Amino acid sequence: MTTTVEPLTPRTRRGAELMLLVLAIAIVLLAWVTTDLNRNGTVPANIIPIAGGFTALVLSVHLVLRWKAAYADPVLLPITTVLNGLGLVMIHRLDLARGKLGTDGDAYRQIIWTTLAVVLAIAVLFLLRDHRLLRRYTYVTMAFGFALLLLPLVPGIGRTINGSQIWISIGPMNFQPGEFAKIALAIFFAGYLVQTRDVLSLAGKKVLGFTFPRGRDLGPILVAWVLALLVLVFQKDLGSALLFFGLFVAMLYVATERVSWIAIGLILFAAAVAFALSAFTHFQKRVDLWLDPFSQDNLERSNQLANGLWGMASGGLTGTGLGAGRPYLTSFAESDFIFTSLGEELGLFGSVAIIVLYLIFCERGIRTALGVRDGFGKLLAIGLSFSVAFQLFIVIGGVTRVIPLTGLTTPFMSLGGSSLLANWVIMALLLRISDQARRPMPEIPVGVAADEPAPAEVTQVVRLT
Amino acid sequence: MNTPIRRLSVVIAALFTALLVASTVVQFTQAKSLGAMASNKRTLLDSYSRERGSIIVGGQAVAKSVPVQDQYRFLRTYPQDQLYAQTTGFYSYAVGAPYGLEHASDDLLSGDADTLFVRRVTDLITGRKTSGATIELTIDPKAQAAADKALGDNKGAVVALDPKTGAILAMVSHPSYDPNPLSSHDLNKASKAWQALSTDKDKAYLNRTINGVYPPGSTFKVVTAAAALESGVVSDENSTVPGPPELDLPLTSTNLPNEDGRACGPGNETTLIHALEISCNTAFGSLGLELGGEKIRAQAAKFGFGDALQIPMRVSVSSVPADLNAPQAAQAAIGQYDVRATPLQMAMVAAGIANQGRVMTPYLIQSVRSANLDIIESTPDPVELSQAVSEQTASTLTKMMVSVVDHGSGARAQIDGVEVAGKTGTAQHDPGKPPHAWFISFAPATDPKVAVAVVVEDGGVTGSEIGGGRVAAPIARDVMEAVLSR
Repeated sequence: MTTTVEPLTPRTRRGAELMLLVLAIAIVLLAWVTTDLNRNGTVPANIIPIAGGFTALVLSVHLVLRWKAAYADPVLLPITTVLNGLGLVMIHRLDLARGKLGTDGDAYRQIIWTTLAVVLAIAVLFLLRDHRLLRRYTYVTMAFGFALLLLPLVPGIGRTINGSQIWISIGPMNFQPGEFAKIALAIFFAGYLVQTRDVLSLAGKKVLGFTFPRGRDLGPILVAWVLALLVLVFQKDLGSALLFFGLFVAMLYVATERVSWIAIGLILFAAAVAFALSAFTHFQKRVDLWLDPFSQDNLERSNQLANGLWGMASGGLTGTGLGAGRPYLTSFAESDFIFTSLGEELGLFGSVAIIVLYLIFCERGIRTALGVRDGFGKLLAIGLSFSVAFQLFIVIGGVTRVIPLTGLTTPFMSLGGSSLLANWVIMALLLRISDQARRPMPEIPVGVAADEPAPAEVTQVVRLT
Repeated sequence: MNTPIRRLSVVIAALFTALLVASTVVQFTQAKSLGAMASNKRTLLDSYSRERGSIIVGGQAVAKSVPVQDQYRFLRTYPQDQLYAQTTGFYSYAVGAPYGLEHASDDLLSGDADTLFVRRVTDLITGRKTSGATIELTIDPKAQAAADKALGDNKGAVVALDPKTGAILAMVSHPSYDPNPLSSHDLNKASKAWQALSTDKDKAYLNRTINGVYPPGSTFKVVTAAAALESGVVSDENSTVPGPPELDLPLTSTNLPNEDGRACGPGNETTLIHALEISCNTAFGSLGLELGGEKIRAQAAKFGFGDALQIPMRVSVSSVPADLNAPQAAQAAIGQYDVRATPLQMAMVAAGIANQGRVMTPYLIQSVRSANLDIIESTPDPVELSQAVSEQTASTLTKMMVSVVDHGSGARAQIDGVEVAGKTGTAQHDPGKPPHAWFISFAPATDPKVAVAVVVEDGGVTGSEIGGGRVAAPIARDVMEAVLSR
């Protein structure tokens, strides 16, 4: 008796992606036109080139996917399109309020950055045919990541903007290298943990039901912790420090499946926070502002948190409508506070929609991590997804008073080139990994050696080093 | 590795849930309380950029919002400058709307009132800009102008009522101020104007007609007479009452003298009507002794003393102290000893007598209309506050008050061809200052159209009943004439 298994032919879903993209572009263009109608009562004169350019950009990514990554996840690109587009609309809207028109406008710069980001994402899809190639560069990316992270501390090119030394200046350009360090570190962590996970997960003593690692295996987490502390102390950037350390602990946990790592991570984090609180008035003020943003003293010191909350509150359920609210009253309305700006004009319905879009984005990343067959891919996909989710939690949690405000960019939305480029690269990487995850296994004829090694690491060799 | 990835995804879901909950709390649960915070600039700008309703008197706006090209979009203006300042109050970006109708009817003027809910919903659906309701007042512009002119440079207040309805026909308080600089969008100018107004030693911001509390002096004798007639202590205006030059007050060594030191009639006796004509202190003092404090207090309460009225502005409470002993009752009977009344309250006393004993609840708002002039609240049916005295007593009191104007201290309130009823008053309030001059009146006596109360601060002459008759009565006459000549 024989049973035949019908091979399941996975569908590429590129058609679905195209439908979603059309919807995404329609939402963005409608928002853009509504803004101008509400502000000036006219359809913007340059709507044709803007609509054409935006559509061409996004569709070019779609076409590249059809050609180079046919099985890539069909939802990531449409979500990125909506988020990037709504960010652009809000920046344009704030330009209108401030009388910054045409090439003076922030929106103009952001459009150029969006174009560059799309080009970079396409380049990643072209050059990186298989994400596993990145594993070869594990230690190169480590050096690269650490360098990027510490670059703002180098005298001469480091710049302190708004109290945090997380910028570098090269010629006329300001850049936040931390955004790219995030990607480099995720690649390094993935590569490193895939190699060492067995040691980190198996060796150790059992105490109170938890298996605790040996002292000498604590090295990596301590290095990561010290690095985060350096960022915290010298760059005064709690947000980035939290993000890097959180990313490392999360990936460490996924690699080793040991809860004890999370416990150790939390203890180290708590120690760092206690140290920061006692050592720097800067952080005490942040916590104070967080606890009571509306007291007279705190309003005089900094009213941006209160202003952002008032903005969201004035939007209520349905929002004031794009162009009809007053997001410009909040400082950093186009960067750190772009979420409250959108919340004010789109209402709770809009805020929830935006958060849910990010949630779906991360969920697609997690699905990719579950689906991909190699350990490195799994770790990289979950790392990148977690970094987006955690960054979003730090920044939106900060402006909605879940946690103290620390100041990070909102992925895809905030004004700023580095953030936009970095996040489009993250999306491109996730698309590449998801293509691997969803692509049908090549059938390997028995007895014929495959050109490439069989899908790597289905079984892991226990190293005894 | 899939198990920890699944577990981590639960953590990620929890992070997102926190963000969703936080957004809901900010934008839904706490939206109202955040919006109501004093330092929230958005709320201020919101209320300024909405077209606030007008306040109308006699078909003309006395407060209106005119469109301007700045971030506030509408400028609140007061075309009559000082004339209606305390009635309208003002609406200032610097300090909000602390006074007058701008304060008391803010929810109607701004469009936030519950009665405007249906309209707000249709505004939302049709995309029409929400605007505030227009308020039409009961004030008669001619009476208001006459009162303002007659009061002139004196400090004091004039209030006129329609005795049959309680509608307020005039409401003037001096000194006044110009509300326009306060509503200026030039913040510097507005705060300077507010600085000047709030520290004004004459309290120009105070609406003296409803928030000035004065000793009513001899005008209160009308209330004492009402109590005496109602309780049967005297039977009519011709009943004999004691009228010695000085009244010996029990329990004290002091006496209650007449202003001129003479007896009010032959044999130290007089009639009730004559006692009111010449404002005989000893006659009403002895009635006070006979009645006792509680009866006077009860009669005053029937005229509205002790009530917290809102017209819709809050009216200060007029009062007669409780638990008066005999000498205090005698002094209260002539409107001294901590008896306090607003001009509006004394106008209500006159109006109640005019309206056959029925005191009507005073009101200032004739109608409320939406921006496109649909009536939201029409003229309220007049509401009776109380039957203060019987029709019989009211007509006796009317006869007596007519006599005051025809033959007594209120002669200067006479109007050709119209029977006027009135009562003068001179109220001591500070030994070092001249007394306040009072006059309450109504006309015509038989078919009353208007009741007036006038108080002129420091306008009297110490030791004489002349002040009320000479200073206050002509003001009341001008206002009554203005109303009757309609």
